[in-house]
Amino acid sequence: MSGSVDVFMFVIVILNLAILSSSRLADCIHIVALQGVLVGLLSLVVQDSAITFRLILIAAVAVALKGVIFPRLLFKAIREADVGREVQPIVSYPISTLAGTLFFAVSLWISSRLPIPESRFLHFAIPVTFSSILVGLFIIVTRVKALTQVLGYLVLENGIYAFGVVLLVENPVLVEFGMLLDVFVAVFVMGIIIFHINREFDHIDTHLLSRLEDWRSRRPEGEA
Amino acid sequence: MTLDVTGLIYVALAFTLAPFMFGVINRVKAFFAGRKGRPLLQLYYDIFKLLQKGAVYSRTTSWIFKAAPVIILSAVAVSVLIVPYGGHGALLAFEGDLVLLAYLFGLARFFYILAALDTGSSFEGMGASREAQFSVLAEPAFFLALAALARLTKSVSLSGIYSYFSFGSWSVMWPVMTLAAAAILVIFFVENARVPVDDPNTHLELTMIHEVMVLDNSGPDLAFMLYGAALKFWVLGALFIGVVLPARSEMPWFDMLVFLLGMGALSVLVGVVESIVARLRLLRVPQLLTTALALAILAFMFQNS
Repeated sequence: MSGSVDVFMFVIVILNLAILSSSRLADCIHIVALQGVLVGLLSLVVQDSAITFRLILIAAVAVALKGVIFPRLLFKAIREADVGREVQPIVSYPISTLAGTLFFAVSLWISSRLPIPESRFLHFAIPVTFSSILVGLFIIVTRVKALTQVLGYLVLENGIYAFGVVLLVENPVLVEFGMLLDVFVAVFVMGIIIFHINREFDHIDTHLLSRLEDWRSRRPEGEA
Repeated sequence: MTLDVTGLIYVALAFTLAPFMFGVINRVKAFFAGRKGRPLLQLYYDIFKLLQKGAVYSRTTSWIFKAAPVIILSAVAVSVLIVPYGGHGALLAFEGDLVLLAYLFGLARFFYILAALDTGSSFEGMGASREAQFSVLAEPAFFLALAALARLTKSVSLSGIYSYFSFGSWSVMWPVMTLAAAAILVIFFVENARVPVDDPNTHLELTMIHEVMVLDNSGPDLAFMLYGAALKFWVLGALFIGVVLPARSEMPWFDMLVFLLGMGALSVLVGVVESIVARLRLLRVPQLLTTALALAILAFMFQNS
């Protein structure tokens, strides 16, 4: 069984690099959705014992949310807010890709120092999930559009979810459902926020959010 | 020291069959374009024709321009001797020969660039500058891919690394082997100036890289350059095939057959890629190369120490 966990981890790392290096928003959403499906199925693979109905339910909910509903919401946000098709990174794609490998190296180092109980699947599971978290944060920080920040958040959540699934093999249901609910609400709220930023300012460039001011009267239309 | 007959046969095959691969590529491209295509042995004819001609040298060139083809061909010819084919150890195998391999290519590239600059042609200078820029990114990727394989097999000699693999090692070491093979494949395309990076058929000097750098070479010099390119194709192809199709049986002729079929399949792959993929914009090439570098770094890390 641990062999197939390695396969999943391998593909997740490759997908992380793919998100960092792809320049089209639609591609990024597809990649994040694929990663979400893999992470959702992980709970079936990790289990040594027989696959119960409960496990299948967890996996089904996770796959449905991450693989179908989130991408739909994001594409809807793109359509309604009329977001451009490119990613607009602050850091260039080659440097982002290399940063992705750096994150994996850092995660390897961290996981080698963590006092984690011996387990059969922890070959690469811990470094990979850690590096997913770091890649998610990196995407949130280095991409301009609000939508890509949602994507970064989803990558981060994939990492946390996979970490939970691999570590808490015994009884992860509560944790997972709690997290899924959080993310669902977050994506929902972010979708609304993106829509509102867009309606207010005709774009979703987060750079300019720092210029928001309360105490002064609204700027004339067309500025900002 | 006994005579290594199989190794000699492999080297002889490399020297005789290398230009044939370009015939295969051209045939595949012709098939995709609905043409009949050049004869399979066209590159042999070209090389023989060029060898019988005299060379023309521009007055602006110096001895470097005359020496470069010889240096390039000899550097690549030596690299043919240190690469293992079909799991059989190379004729020249020693600890750390992978560094020598990388720097033989480096030496060839250095004189390639110098000779191009020596002609004083601005087009060739542009080609040289691109070549230098891309090789800065390709070389670390090449080194890291080999280092990942060296770490995996705990050997620092190419022959040691490649004799370690067999088809069975794919079931255990597939992550590293996949990543390293992917990185080597990208480097194979870059170093041989094939399509995603450079288009060997282009007729516009502004977009050429390798083709523009040999514009001033003529006669035997050009034949040397062409033959050197063919040998380089063979050497890098062998590095790729050695990871992807590691046939290690008791019967050397079977391994040899698998290796040759693999080289043929690789040529077909190159032809197919050239037919269906547009070449990258020059600005996007560094991104492809850093991806190869990232894959090589991952290959280095994604293994149990």
